[in-house]
Amino acid sequence: MIYFDKVTKRYDGNGPALEDITLSIAPKEFVSIVGHSGAGKTTLLKLLLAEERPTDGTVFFESINVNDLPSSALHHYRRRIGMVFQDFRLIPNKTAYENIAFAMEAVGRTDDEIKSDVPYILGLVNLADKALHFPSQLSGGEKQRIGIGRAIINQPDLIVADEPTGNLDPINTYEVVEILKKINELGTTVIITTHNKGVVDAIGKRVITIDRGKMVRDDAEGKYIL
Amino acid sequence: MEWMLIKRMLVSGWKNFARGGAVSVATVLIMTVTLAIIGSLIFLSALLAYTLDTIKDKVDVSVYFVTTATEANILAVKDRLEKLPQVKSVSYTSAEDALVAFRERHANDQLTLQALDELGDNPLDASLSVKAKDPSEYESIVNFLEASPTLSAGGASIVDRINYAQNKEVIDRLSLAIRATREIGFAIVIIFAIASILIAFATVRLAIYTARDEIGVMRLVGASNAYIQGPLIITGVITGVVAAVLVLLLLWPAALYTGAKTVGWFGGFNLASYYTGNFALIFFIIMGSGVLLGAIASVFAIRKYLKV
Repeated sequence: MIYFDKVTKRYDGNGPALEDITLSIAPKEFVSIVGHSGAGKTTLLKLLLAEERPTDGTVFFESINVNDLPSSALHHYRRRIGMVFQDFRLIPNKTAYENIAFAMEAVGRTDDEIKSDVPYILGLVNLADKALHFPSQLSGGEKQRIGIGRAIINQPDLIVADEPTGNLDPINTYEVVEILKKINELGTTVIITTHNKGVVDAIGKRVITIDRGKMVRDDAEGKYIL
Repeated sequence: MEWMLIKRMLVSGWKNFARGGAVSVATVLIMTVTLAIIGSLIFLSALLAYTLDTIKDKVDVSVYFVTTATEANILAVKDRLEKLPQVKSVSYTSAEDALVAFRERHANDQLTLQALDELGDNPLDASLSVKAKDPSEYESIVNFLEASPTLSAGGASIVDRINYAQNKEVIDRLSLAIRATREIGFAIVIIFAIASILIAFATVRLAIYTARDEIGVMRLVGASNAYIQGPLIITGVITGVVAAVLVLLLLWPAALYTGAKTVGWFGGFNLASYYTGNFALIFFIIMGSGVLLGAIASVFAIRKYLKV
């Protein structure tokens, strides 16, 4: 499903942020990408989302060469990927309901579809009673659950979560991990980056370790080892 | 489908504005100041034009005719002058009317009236008072009269004298002053308009800068550039419309207050009457400026954040 072919990314005037990364991820996999801060985890995700272009090598998403995507086609491509962020990145002047509905509106879903799907997703992330709350009225864990709701509302092929538990307490971290595991069990590919050992061990699936831009380990059902 | 998209952009744009809090208030206030400056510039231009027209109206050239010239001959000259494109109006004063006017003017000057009575005959000439459309055109009118004089039965010109030569310097200076005032006024209007537009642009840019993270999120959830831009442009337009309505409302008491004063200061120009008389034009300029400023400033400000 995803294939990084000898991918290197250098930023101007710096050494490589990622160097010669080759990896493949199959459909329905749950992959944790671990490494210290600055190891290159987020750069890897940015390359997958076409937020950045590789200096060398190629990134494939199914049969799509992500490097060659023109700007005009990016939004179509990104609709196939649900993003979850460490800092939630909810739109502050939209309610919880509207934040999730926005993702559906953006892809042109009808009002009827939105009216039926958004309450369902809010129920799934246990926030049906907070539908009309603005992000400033939600706790960190609630914000992240809204972020996950927004990511899955369009039933994407892939969920990419960049440090999704980085700003959460242990209880909320556990809840978020359980939701992501459930999403994966329903057949969606999930990639998360984290440096939380507890999260990786709780997931108990494939672990790719990156250190100073290089892939140093790739273990099926691996543990956090650094 | 298209209607659904437009409806969503309108609703989202309105919500952005309504929920924008301090950012919306600040943007509306700055836009209000900008449009108020534009409104003031409209008033200033009208005041300037009125004042210059009043001054221009006070300038004329009088053509005096010999006492032997018949009224028919003089009216023929009047007809010829009225056909000239540079002439605004020509008024005829007969020798008798001139005498009556002279007596009225000197009603309190017994010495002059006594001297006039001693003369017996009417010493005053019939005349034509010529007003040009622009003071700079008097010279060409005088040249026309001199180049093609109307002759009396005796073969002499019926024009006795034209008071242009002695007034030429004053008229030329006045023409220059009017032109300079108009050009300086125009430059001031343009400079203030550009300055206020730039301030409004910067404010809208700042408002959109505060939304840059949201724009980034919108891009990542797969929103097209048009779908991201649309609501923000609508927000800009709403800001412009609200500011324009505020300015149109505020201009009325301002015009009413200053109107009473400008009547005295500027020889009858009433700002309030001008505002009501030209409301459609002022509404169009203020509202149009608000809508265009809001929309164009938003388009330019967002573009930066839509680059991949």
